[in-house]
Amino acid sequence: MSAWETVIGLEIHVQLATKTKIFSSASTAVGAEPNSHASLVDLAMPGTLPVLNREAVNMAVKFGLAVGAEINRHSAFERKNYFYPDLPKGYQTTQLAEPIVGAGSVELILDDGSRKTVRIHHAHLEEDAGKSLHEDFHGMTGIDLNRAGTPLIEVVTEPDMRSAEEAVAFARALHSLVTAIGICDGEMSQGSLRFDVNVSVRRKGEEKLGTRTETKNLNSFRFMEMAIKKEVERQIDILEDGGSITQETRLFNGDTGVSRSMRSKEDANDYRYFPCPDLLPVMLSEEQIIELKNSLPELPAQRLGRFAQQYSLSDYDARILSSDLATSDYFEAVAELSGDAKLAANWIMGELTARLNAEEKSISECPMSAPDLAELIARLKDNTISSKIAKQVFEACWNGEGSPDQVIEARGLKQVSDSGELQKMVNKIIAENATQAEAYRAADEAKRKKMFGFFVGQAMKASQGKANPQQINELLMKALNS
Amino acid sequence: MTLHKHTLTELKALLDGGKVSARELTDTFLARIESLDGELNSFVTVTTEQARLEADAADAARSKGEAGLLNGLPIAHKDIFCTDGVRTSCGSRMLDNFISPYDATVVKKMRAAGAIMLGKTNMDEFAMGSSNETSFYGPVKNPWDLSRVPGGSSGGSAAAVAARLAPAATGTDTGGSIRQPAALTGITGLKPTYGTVSRWGMIAFASSLDQAGPMAQSAADCALMLQTMVGHDVKDSTSLDRTADDYLADLDKPLAGLTVGLPEEFFPASLDGRIAELTRETARELERQGAKVVSVSLPSVKLSVPAYYVIAPAEASSNLSRFDGVRYGYRCQDPVDLMDLYKRSRSEGFGDEVQRRILVGTYALSHGYYDAYYLRAQKVRRLISDDFARAFEKADVILGPTSPEVAFQLGAKKDDPVTMYMADVFTIAVNLAGLPALSMPGGAIDGLPVGVQLIGNYFREGQILNVAHRYQQATDWHRQAPAFGGDK
Repeated sequence: MSAWETVIGLEIHVQLATKTKIFSSASTAVGAEPNSHASLVDLAMPGTLPVLNREAVNMAVKFGLAVGAEINRHSAFERKNYFYPDLPKGYQTTQLAEPIVGAGSVELILDDGSRKTVRIHHAHLEEDAGKSLHEDFHGMTGIDLNRAGTPLIEVVTEPDMRSAEEAVAFARALHSLVTAIGICDGEMSQGSLRFDVNVSVRRKGEEKLGTRTETKNLNSFRFMEMAIKKEVERQIDILEDGGSITQETRLFNGDTGVSRSMRSKEDANDYRYFPCPDLLPVMLSEEQIIELKNSLPELPAQRLGRFAQQYSLSDYDARILSSDLATSDYFEAVAELSGDAKLAANWIMGELTARLNAEEKSISECPMSAPDLAELIARLKDNTISSKIAKQVFEACWNGEGSPDQVIEARGLKQVSDSGELQKMVNKIIAENATQAEAYRAADEAKRKKMFGFFVGQAMKASQGKANPQQINELLMKALNS
Repeated sequence: MTLHKHTLTELKALLDGGKVSARELTDTFLARIESLDGELNSFVTVTTEQARLEADAADAARSKGEAGLLNGLPIAHKDIFCTDGVRTSCGSRMLDNFISPYDATVVKKMRAAGAIMLGKTNMDEFAMGSSNETSFYGPVKNPWDLSRVPGGSSGGSAAAVAARLAPAATGTDTGGSIRQPAALTGITGLKPTYGTVSRWGMIAFASSLDQAGPMAQSAADCALMLQTMVGHDVKDSTSLDRTADDYLADLDKPLAGLTVGLPEEFFPASLDGRIAELTRETARELERQGAKVVSVSLPSVKLSVPAYYVIAPAEASSNLSRFDGVRYGYRCQDPVDLMDLYKRSRSEGFGDEVQRRILVGTYALSHGYYDAYYLRAQKVRRLISDDFARAFEKADVILGPTSPEVAFQLGAKKDDPVTMYMADVFTIAVNLAGLPALSMPGGAIDGLPVGVQLIGNYFREGQILNVAHRYQQATDWHRQAPAFGGDK
């Protein structure tokens, strides 16, 4: 047991899924030619002025409502002044003293099933910077301002997480929340969600927080977990060697797994914040907030509760199936169309997830549609096919051979349930295996049980697996006992 | 030909009556600029070819019955307004090579109304100055006495109008930059209520104070210009969305029933007695026309200079950060690294006064000083607004001097910025409160014009234009032109 306790707080930059930028009408689409989505405002041309995108405000409010936070009826933009080539105005327009979203919280269910609340300190609106491109220009730096002015909310948590696993669980919950309410596309690899982790350690029982470091711009859950674990190790090593932690900003390289110091607190800029005189305060009426509240879809936490109740799922199943909107929607469609939520859950979490993982596909790219899976389950339930055959059918559907019914028909996989036909088959098997039948009849109860399987196997072989297993059992039992 | 002597209003009548063409008028002023501006230095750029094309287009539009309010009237734009395809320097080496890719809203509106742009006028660098001596393009001379300054920062616009090189010009006023040069050159200039004229395309000095306005020979001319300049602009979040006023309709309204307030603080013992007397004489003229004159008090106005010289530089220090040598404008030769690029581009691109204000503003906003300077200055601003609110309970308009002095000698204050700043005492409070005010000629001292200032309540541009117009109907100070270019 370690003598140290880890304390983690996160700052998360969430790119809002607005069509246009926060202060200009340029598109926020990614992947365009450098600087083709940079308007006069984004280029910080002399004389240009910002105009607030109301959609970005609405999305920030939705976030606040989704984490049960206080929505500030009056918030204001300030300028954070510093020089950098990808910051065209020489200041970032952001919120400081009066953020739009106040204190809130997110509840997590950890892997061991326990619950944990992470408090949100606040969330504020701001603009993203452009990108500096160092690779393609020998001895020079290219500047791409397409991203400059993309709306962000920066979500700041309290230092409530106590392990890398908890931090990742929070990050996943936040990802699922912002995608569920439609304010972020959730594309981590594109930088749509970027995590800064503040890490400190302290001796167990100590109340005072240790000196923290901030590791910036982690854009995958795996890197985040790695970076935290490495940083915790690094800090404990230093402290156990009698050293002290320097308050600094660090950069983590996910490929090498190594972090390095970027700048210490002493090098930090004096950002000279002051209220932006080009923008009016953001005012929100009670009606606007109610309207936005009513427009919120079901939140992941609500969905989880509903799944457990409505479909009688275990906590674990409900959590997996409600984790993201695409999976939830798929599950609900299959459950409803097939009329069997338990089977739907089993198939999605078993066969379907295994195949998706094997082919590195997301559920939205799944070649098996929800109605097809529902049809497959229905055939299983009405005894048209056995569960063994069902796996064959699933495979065929996955490979594009058609709907389950088409596959069953084309391949002749329909279960044989005709009692006359089955009786004939049973008679034939007993006749052909008279010795075994003799032995069975002479055996005691315990031995009989073992020997019975042989006859079932022969029947399945003869029917190519299509014989209704229950009927075959009954018929064989009758024939052998007579 | 004496076409150039006419007011904008008279020229409009000539154009509307078919007595003169836009092209003829434009050529007249272009010729005057060509022959006379060498001495004045009031223009940074003269857009001769473009002006002729615009004039021909204006004449063509008129012949089709499509003449806008300002059709065919030549004007000049302060070089702080972005003009598509035309250099927009802001009086700075930093933007000496900057060709704007777009038009400021003010420029666009004037163009749409049929006005012809003669060129871009000289100004104090980034509008920082009260003498037009900080321009990268050299000082502008006052046409009343070429050894004197025209005031600033809209000194080029003021000198050009005073010398009749243009019938009217646009200006901007952050702490008096329309009114003080108007006063020192004997013309009429108006700073509207903050938010009335769009700031889109107007290069920012201090965003919460900057406001564009007209500069011309008379109040009627200013009303004509203002009518076109105002209006809500979705591109400027601080621009106000309100129903349009008709500034021309009430110009002739009699002054009976009007109350004029004289603030005690605008007549300190230290004020030049001759300026005080000319201002009081203006009040007496208004009284003769039926107005009542009362005394009002603006006790916090004395704090306006220090408050202004915190707020304006603070905002400027941030507004001017975009001039970094990266995307446009001046870039130093062969920078060795990023820091060198920033430092030398800005040190070489900005003049002394701009650098001084960036330093002051940076200091005022820095950690540990913000509360003592910036926040305190904002509180003073509130007190000043409250003072005016109380004064407007007693008076409809407020009257006082525009500047405590007449035009001074070039170079007289160049090395004494604080004395220069102190002279802004009568104009600055108006910007801090966001009120409309105009300066009009109200007399002369030793052959140099003296300006008188009328301050109105919010959105009462129409009222102060009316008062100024009535005054100008009864006096002829505004008709007096300098003996420049052989006019007298």
